[in-house]
Amino acid sequence: MHEISGTDRWHRLIPWLFLLPAMLFFTVYVISPILQSIWISFFDWDGFGDKVFIGLGNYVELGEDPLFWTSLKNNILWLVFYMLAVPLGLGVALFLNQQVLGIRAVKSLFFFPFVISQVIVGVVFAWFYDPSYGLLQKALGLFGMGPLPILADETLVTYGIIAAGLWPQIAYTMILYLTGLNNLNPEQIEAARMDGAHGWKMLRHVILPQLRPATFLAIVVTVIGALRSFDLVATMTGGGPYGSSSVLAFFMYEQAIFNYRMGYGAAIATVLFAIMLIYISFFLWRMLRAERG
Amino acid sequence: MKLKHLVTASALSALLLSQAQAGTLVINSNQSDPAPRETWTNIINDFEAANPDIDVQLNEYDHEGYKSAIRNWLVTSPPDVVFWFAGNRMKFFVDRGLFEPVSDVWEDNGMNETFRSTRASMTVEGEQYGVPATYYQWGIYYNADMFDELGLSEPQTWEEFIEVCETLKENGYTPITIGTKFLWTAAGWFDYLNLRTNGLDFHIDLMDGKIPYTDDRVRDTFANWRQLVDGDYFLENHASYSWQEAQAPLLNGDAGMYLMGNFLTPSFPEGSNYGFFQFPQINPEVGMFEDAPTDTIHIPSRAKNKADAKRFLAYVAQPEVQTRLNLGLNQLPPNSEAEAGDNHFLQEGLQMLSEADGTAQFYDRDTDPAMASEGMKGFQEFMVVPDRLDDILNNLERVRQRVFR
Repeated sequence: MHEISGTDRWHRLIPWLFLLPAMLFFTVYVISPILQSIWISFFDWDGFGDKVFIGLGNYVELGEDPLFWTSLKNNILWLVFYMLAVPLGLGVALFLNQQVLGIRAVKSLFFFPFVISQVIVGVVFAWFYDPSYGLLQKALGLFGMGPLPILADETLVTYGIIAAGLWPQIAYTMILYLTGLNNLNPEQIEAARMDGAHGWKMLRHVILPQLRPATFLAIVVTVIGALRSFDLVATMTGGGPYGSSSVLAFFMYEQAIFNYRMGYGAAIATVLFAIMLIYISFFLWRMLRAERG
Repeated sequence: MKLKHLVTASALSALLLSQAQAGTLVINSNQSDPAPRETWTNIINDFEAANPDIDVQLNEYDHEGYKSAIRNWLVTSPPDVVFWFAGNRMKFFVDRGLFEPVSDVWEDNGMNETFRSTRASMTVEGEQYGVPATYYQWGIYYNADMFDELGLSEPQTWEEFIEVCETLKENGYTPITIGTKFLWTAAGWFDYLNLRTNGLDFHIDLMDGKIPYTDDRVRDTFANWRQLVDGDYFLENHASYSWQEAQAPLLNGDAGMYLMGNFLTPSFPEGSNYGFFQFPQINPEVGMFEDAPTDTIHIPSRAKNKADAKRFLAYVAQPEVQTRLNLGLNQLPPNSEAEAGDNHFLQEGLQMLSEADGTAQFYDRDTDPAMASEGMKGFQEFMVVPDRLDDILNNLERVRQRVFR
C-alpha cells in the first residue's frame, strides 16, 4: 500500500516537473515584466533618476492628452480596417486555389509581401505615396487629379498606413486559407454538388463552415497585428504629421524613449495591455468552450 | 552593417570593461557617417601615436540609436569618453550626476579664453562638463543664379525678405523649401523667428519653461511666421518630406531658399552657384542672435579611466587638432585659435558667429526633451493649419506646466 501511494504521488508530481521550466520562464519573462510595468505606471520617472510616486497621475494626464485620444482612435481604425485582410485573403485564396500550370509560382508571388520585413513595406509604400515622384501620384495624374499627399494629410494618413499594412496581412490570411482549402473534405463537396449547390451557395454553406478554424486563426492574427502596429507607423510617418497617425504602441515608444517619461510610457502600455486583455479573454473563453464541446 | 557594428561594439566593450585594462581608453561615438567617421578615426590614430601608453577602443553607433543607448551606459558601465551635445542635452545628464566635471582641463589648457564662445553652453553652476569639438552655423542658403536672374539681392530686413519671397513666387518659383516630416526643420524657423522677434534672453527663458507659450510675445513670433505661411512661400506638402528630400527643389532650381545648418553645403554640386545670408532682422531693437549647435565630448562619472579620458579631451581642444577635425567635418572649430576651412560658407559662418550678439543651441537641444517633441509637433501643425494656433499654444502651455513644474 505504502509503495503504491508513493508512486501515486510521484505520478501526480511528474506533470508539474515537466511544466516547471515553462512556468519559471513564463513568470520571469512574461508575468513579472507585466506587473513591473503596471507598477512603474504609478510613478513619475525619467528612466534613471528617482522615482516619484504619483498614484494615478499618469492616467489622469492620459485623459487630458489629445495625442492619447488620437492614438486610441487610430488603434480602433486599425482594428476595424485591418479586418479587411480576412475577406480579401479568402478571396485571393479562392482565386489561387486551382490546378493550372505555374500556379505555385503565382502563389509564392502573392505570399511574397508577408516574407519581407515590415520596415521594407513601410519604405516602399512611403515612396509609392510620395507626392512629387510617387507611383500613386502618376496614376492619379492620368485621371487629371492633382497630387494627394497622403502621408502629410491628417485625415488620410492613418488609412494610407493601414493600406500598406494590409498588403502583407492579406498574404498572411491568404496562406491560412490556402492550407484550409487543401484540407476540405472532397466527399462533402461532391455531395453538395449532387444536391445542386454551386457558386455562392456552395461557398456560403459548404466551404466556409469547413474553413472555420482558418477563419478563426485569421481573425486572431489580424487583431494582434492591428494592436501591434508600430513598424509601419514608425517608418512611414513617425506618428506625423503632428501626431495624427500615432497609435498607442508608437505613442508609448515616443514618450518613454525620446521624452524620457518611463512612468507615462508604462501607463500607455498598461492601457494597451488592458485592451488586449479584453480581446484575449474573449479568445480564451471561445477556445475553452470549443474544447469542452 | 550597423547591427553588426553594434553587436561587435558592445561585445568588445563588455570584454574590455571586464578586463579593466589600464591604459585602455574606451570611446563611444555617434559619428558614423562616412566623412565624420574617417575624420575622427584619423584624429584618434594621431592621439594614439602621440600617446603610446594609451590604447583607444572606439565603438561606433548610428546617430539615432546612440541617443537611447547612451542612457543605458551612463547608469551601468559607461565608456571613458562619450559624444554628446552642449546646452540642455548635457545639463540633463549633469543634473543626474552622470557627467564628470572637467573644469581642470579647461583651466590647464587656457580653454576659458580660447573657448569663450561656447563656454556658457558647457557650464553648469560654474563647472565645465565637457569639451566642444565642433559647431556650425545656421542661416539661409539660396540659389544665387536665381537671385541674379530676378535682380534680387540678399535681404537684410524682414520687409526685404518678404519682397524676395513675393518676387520668387510671382516668377513661378517656390520661395522657401522645407521638409517637416521629422519636425526639427520647423523648429529652426521657430528659433530664428523668436530670436529675431523677442531676443535671446526671452528665447532662453521660454526654453527653460519660465514663460508661458500663451504669452503675447510668443504670439508675435507666430504672427510673423504666419505671414510666410499665408503667403504660400513654403514648399507645398512639406510634411511629406525629410530635410534631405526637401533639398531636391533647391538643387533642381525650383526653389530659391533653404533655412538650414551648414551640413547642407556638401550637397551643392561642383561648380554650382549657391550663396548664404544671415537670417534677416525683424525687430531692429533686438540683437542678431544665432543658432550654433555644438557637438561635444564628455567623461561619464562612472568611467574607469578618467585620467586618460582627460588627456583625450585636452588633445581634442588643441587648436591644430580642432583645425584638422573641422576641416574634415566641414564645420567650425569652437577654439578661437583654430582656423576654419577655406570655403566661403564656413568663412561667412565664422564671421557671422564671431559678430553675433549671442548664440542658442537649437530648439530640441535648448529645452526639455518632452517639451521639444510636443513643441515641434505644434510648429509643424501650425505650418499646415495656421488657424489652429490657439489650440496649439494651449496644448504647449499644458505640456510646459507639466514638464517644468
